[in-house]
Amino acid sequence: MLWQKDAPGANVVIRGARVLDPTEGIDATLEVRIDNGTIVDVAEKVDANEHRVIDAAGLVLAPAFVDPHVHLRTPGREDEETIATGSAAAAAGGFCAILAMPNTDPVVDSAATLGSLVETAQREAVVGVGFLAAITRGQRGEELTEMGELADTGAVAFSDDGVPVASAGLMRRALQYASITGRPLALHCEEPTLSHGAHVHEGRVAAELGFAGYPSVAESVAVERDLSLAAYESGRIHVLHLSAAESVDALRRARAAGIAASGEATPHHLVLTDDAVRSLDPNVKMNPPLRAERDRVALLDAVRDGTIEAIATDHAPHAAHEKDVPFEAAPFGVTGLETAFASLYTHLVEPGLLPLETLLERMSAGPARLFGLEVPRVATGATANLVLLDLGREWTVGEQPFRSRSGNSWLLGSRLTGAVRMTLAGGKVAFE
Amino acid sequence: MIRLVKDDLRPPGPPPKRHLISVADLTRDDVERLLGTARTFAASLERQVKKLPTLQGHLVVNLFYESSTRTSSSFELAAKRLSADTLNIKAVGSSVDKGESLKDTALTLGAYDPDVIVIRHPQIGAPQLVARTIDAHVVNAGDGKNQHPTQALLDLYTIQEELGRLEGLHVAIVGDVLHSRVARSLIQAFALVGIRTTLVGPPALLPRELPAEMTTDIAAIRDADVVYVLRMQNERMEPGANFVPSLREYTARWGITPERLRPGQKVMHPGPMNRGVEIDPRVADSPESLVISEVRAGLVTRMAVLYDVLTGGPVGVQALAAAEVA
Repeated sequence: MLWQKDAPGANVVIRGARVLDPTEGIDATLEVRIDNGTIVDVAEKVDANEHRVIDAAGLVLAPAFVDPHVHLRTPGREDEETIATGSAAAAAGGFCAILAMPNTDPVVDSAATLGSLVETAQREAVVGVGFLAAITRGQRGEELTEMGELADTGAVAFSDDGVPVASAGLMRRALQYASITGRPLALHCEEPTLSHGAHVHEGRVAAELGFAGYPSVAESVAVERDLSLAAYESGRIHVLHLSAAESVDALRRARAAGIAASGEATPHHLVLTDDAVRSLDPNVKMNPPLRAERDRVALLDAVRDGTIEAIATDHAPHAAHEKDVPFEAAPFGVTGLETAFASLYTHLVEPGLLPLETLLERMSAGPARLFGLEVPRVATGATANLVLLDLGREWTVGEQPFRSRSGNSWLLGSRLTGAVRMTLAGGKVAFE
Repeated sequence: MIRLVKDDLRPPGPPPKRHLISVADLTRDDVERLLGTARTFAASLERQVKKLPTLQGHLVVNLFYESSTRTSSSFELAAKRLSADTLNIKAVGSSVDKGESLKDTALTLGAYDPDVIVIRHPQIGAPQLVARTIDAHVVNAGDGKNQHPTQALLDLYTIQEELGRLEGLHVAIVGDVLHSRVARSLIQAFALVGIRTTLVGPPALLPRELPAEMTTDIAAIRDADVVYVLRMQNERMEPGANFVPSLREYTARWGITPERLRPGQKVMHPGPMNRGVEIDPRVADSPESLVISEVRAGLVTRMAVLYDVLTGGPVGVQALAAAEVA
């Protein structure tokens, strides 16, 4: 379930664009007419009918993006992000829908807290915003939340993202109970006794710089454990922010064996390796950490072959003063909503490492399917969830102020190709 | 292959200033120049009047967030021997106690226009933060487990003075390499001057994927010209971490005793020593121990570093003339 501020539905006609919808199998220059937020015609020639006409010659019109993993910092850290600023950043990044993680203060672990967020989203959100609720109360890893009531209030899934569910016994109970809701468990896989006190992937860079190592196996043993439990309980799990080759292999094997498991990867894990940490820039510090080249290649292969069905930003805003400290003292997390498409287009599509169609699918239909959301489509009868992309435009990250309330981008100052010109979310013009 | 290099991640900044933050930033020429400068200063310290006017009017701030005897006192004395003004700030008793951030402390000190900030900090990257916050030359006096470049330089100086050369020697570094910034700086410095390095220690205290020869077998030290003993970093060993089962077991397996050494084999230690743990007192007090030479080398090497970052070159005619005046 998604919530969005009320606004009049768009009445527009988009002409001249290359329409690219991998789900519908469309790649052609077509015109699209939208009446009151709903696509009513996709054809070589549509009647403008006094609608606003957008000349999109040279642009790509695609299903808008869906981000299954963002942190909106509300409630508790509204100085870092709000539903208004986070959804505005999403719109600027071409997203029509985002899902917020429950690791706020207080944690979203009760229907009352979730209910108040839903009300705020109905007042402030310029794109569709959905919420995950916690698996355990206070994300303390001790007692299950009231998942039934949370699902009824609108939770799309359950997650203790930010902290792993350390106890295998409790994870089993969570899988058992979540089955009554039909919602997946979105899992932050980390074995805390292997990652304790660590900031950087355990590899050559950590060894040379003296950082306590966060080994790949800290993730992969947790992934293997949770896949085993999901198999045993016939539960449905989604593995958040995959970072290690071994985790990807485990997920691929589990899916081949018929386990209901999915996974996501972030733009930063798909583009950077732990080499970037040599800069000691706190804006390349995140959990899980940037890993080795072989891990990055494994993630990319998995995005290509569909083992990883979703790209997620893990947009994690942090106050400037909290990031402007020595690397080890800085909190984990980077922003990503406003740069996701351009970073992947520049670093993966342009060099020929990933087909544009695959990128569009993993950023839209893939995540929407996994979380039971309406799949954005360029099709008659569908709600207008569309993005207009200018693939020729180059820009510098940070030159224009971010719409997010925080600027802890790993791409600060870098040149990217590919810009979002317009976003339609839930039938409304959310960005242009 | 996609890489965003460091420069891509940052907006363009002011032109670079001369800092000494990591041995990785040094070339072999830099090292040789610094050691040469240190030798010149060592000679000047043998005069009756030991003070040189070289850095008169310059301000050197020593900002220490961790306890230190050798490093802080030698930096202070080095600055004073060169006639610089010094300001010593320790985390305890300063605004740091009140929760002031490193950035704000740096900005505050920056208001006094210091020429050099010498910083020791428990976190990796602290010197870089100071360097990008204020307009002063930054000298790293130890940042977390990352780097301690002046220790590496003073050890090179000591080895050269005591063994007469650097290239072609073999040094065994023994002990807790994982938690040692000294080891990290030494490994790079040794590689730079052509010293072969072997790391010896318990398996969990040897970092994975470090590009160096590594072994857990203490017998490997017998091939080395110098045995460099690291301090067992108790303060970094959290209870239950189980890097080694006990200090007793560590000492039995990896402690440096006279029996494990070849006659004439030199022994070094950055201090402070845990006598009876990583080093047998008989070794510490033997004529083969270079520990006190290392301390002496610390003073002249740090004088050379302060001089070098401020002047950007070798000790020239001017400096020698100044020495004469003194």
